[in-house]
Amino acid sequence: MRFTLNGAPVEVDVHPMKRLLDLLREECALTGTKEGCGEGECGACTVLIDGAAVCSCLVPAAQAEGAAVLTIEGLGDAHPLQRCFMDEVGAQCGICTPGMIMAACVLAPDASLDEIRLGLAGNLCRCTGYSAIYRAVQSARRQ
Amino acid sequence: MKTALSTLELRRAHTLDDALAIMRAEHRVPIAGATDLYVGLNFGTVRARRFLDLWPLDELRTISAVDDRLVLGALVTYTAMIASPIVRERLPMLIEAARQVGGVQIQNRGTVGGNVANGSPAGDSLPVLAAADAVVVLRSVDSERRVPLTAFYTGYRASVMRADELIVAIELPRVVGAQWFRKVGTRAAQAISKVVVAAVRNESSARIAVGSIAPTVVRLTATERALASGAPIDDAMAALRAEVRPIDDLRSTAEYRKRVTENLVRRFWSETA
Ligand SMILES: Cc1cc2nc3c(=O)[nH]c(=O)nc-3n(C[C@H](O)[C@H](O)[C@H](O)COP(=O)(O)OP(=O)(O)OC[C@H]3O[C@@H](n4cnc5c(N)ncnc54)[C@H](O)[C@@H]3O)c2cc1C
Ligand code: FES
Ligand code: FES
Repeated sequence: MRFTLNGAPVEVDVHPMKRLLDLLREECALTGTKEGCGEGECGACTVLIDGAAVCSCLVPAAQAEGAAVLTIEGLGDAHPLQRCFMDEVGAQCGICTPGMIMAACVLAPDASLDEIRLGLAGNLCRCTGYSAIYRAVQSARRQ
Repeated sequence: MKTALSTLELRRAHTLDDALAIMRAEHRVPIAGATDLYVGLNFGTVRARRFLDLWPLDELRTISAVDDRLVLGALVTYTAMIASPIVRERLPMLIEAARQVGGVQIQNRGTVGGNVANGSPAGDSLPVLAAADAVVVLRSVDSERRVPLTAFYTGYRASVMRADELIVAIELPRVVGAQWFRKVGTRAAQAISKVVVAAVRNESSARIAVGSIAPTVVRLTATERALASGAPIDDAMAALRAEVRPIDDLRSTAEYRKRVTENLVRRFWSETA
């Protein structure tokens, strides 16, 4: 099966019903994408498929065929969202952070606080209480 | 994932004709956005082993207005409904419902066909479709039939759909009058409904559908009749209390659901007056 992963074409030999989450972590060795719940509730496994945020724990590998998949690794090490999450302490244990950042990536540049809340409603955090996360996303908007 | 991958088998359909031929020959379980199915597979509660992926069927992704009908292809996602000017103009209550499904990740993948086929009593699009007199278009390799949504379900998660059929579209006649939608859950996002009401008011007549209170979505026909006859709202609510027989489950009690249903219908009636 072929798809584009973080901008580069890849070909993998994988069971078509393997979860995209496991394909990324096991076959592609990209462990930035996390598993929280495995049932679509927490958003820790969020990646972008053709620019749309999805829970990779609910996507059969076959549905990524021919698509462009973007994971947290695809943002590099100096994306404004990554820096602002550090500066604002938007991450504590860090399990939710890659998913939060991927979901935040697709928010409109002029998103209001309410729109940020709505855009991140599918991402749960057990540590921060969310305020620091919203602050981080807002300060990344300004950069 | 709790289900052993080695026991699972998937075929992918690239045209609807292909998909229907495979359904006739092999009775596979279709997969659309997988947002219900993969939850079950992750937990090991899905018994089926042979699946058919419908996701590549772009021909089921169209939203169109044909004559006076709005037609939603089975693979139309919540995100596509929310973005559609035709849906916004014709069926704003469906957009209200779609916005309250899961979070964006679920809205990007979950489909209307999956919501209808899955048939959860808490499916949020179902009261909207029932109040709008929607028709489910079922196709097999050699036949097509149109079943009103209100006749589609035969019981809890059971429907008239045959093993060789697929839902290809949902058809909606033009809705005249004010549309109203309200979902009550534990929190704004990602919550399964405790009670969900969709209703249409055209002067003195009303169509009211409620989800999460019975094994299937229900239309409150006695309440609708009472309102259409011009009965005062308190009399109509007596009819409502007589016809609503909610379920007790881990999310709420029957008594709570009955009270909330009554409060929502009262609010619908006063807000659309
Ligand atoms: C975290 C989370 C939150 C959710 N929140 C909500 C919510 O708020 N409200 C709500 O209503 N739902 C919610 N859901 C449930 C789910 O997202 C919806 O029911 C969705 O519409 C299912 O569509 P799908 O395409 O993903 O279906 P799938 O999972 O692909 O399929 C579901 C069922 O339908 C069958 N099927 C699918 N398409 C067809 C077809 N065209 N013809 C025949 N059979 C078909 C499949 O065989 C399967 O049995 C939520 C799910 C998750 C994981
Ligand atoms: S691990 Fe996918 S949503 Fe929680
Ligand atoms: S930082 Fe721990 S879950 Fe969010």
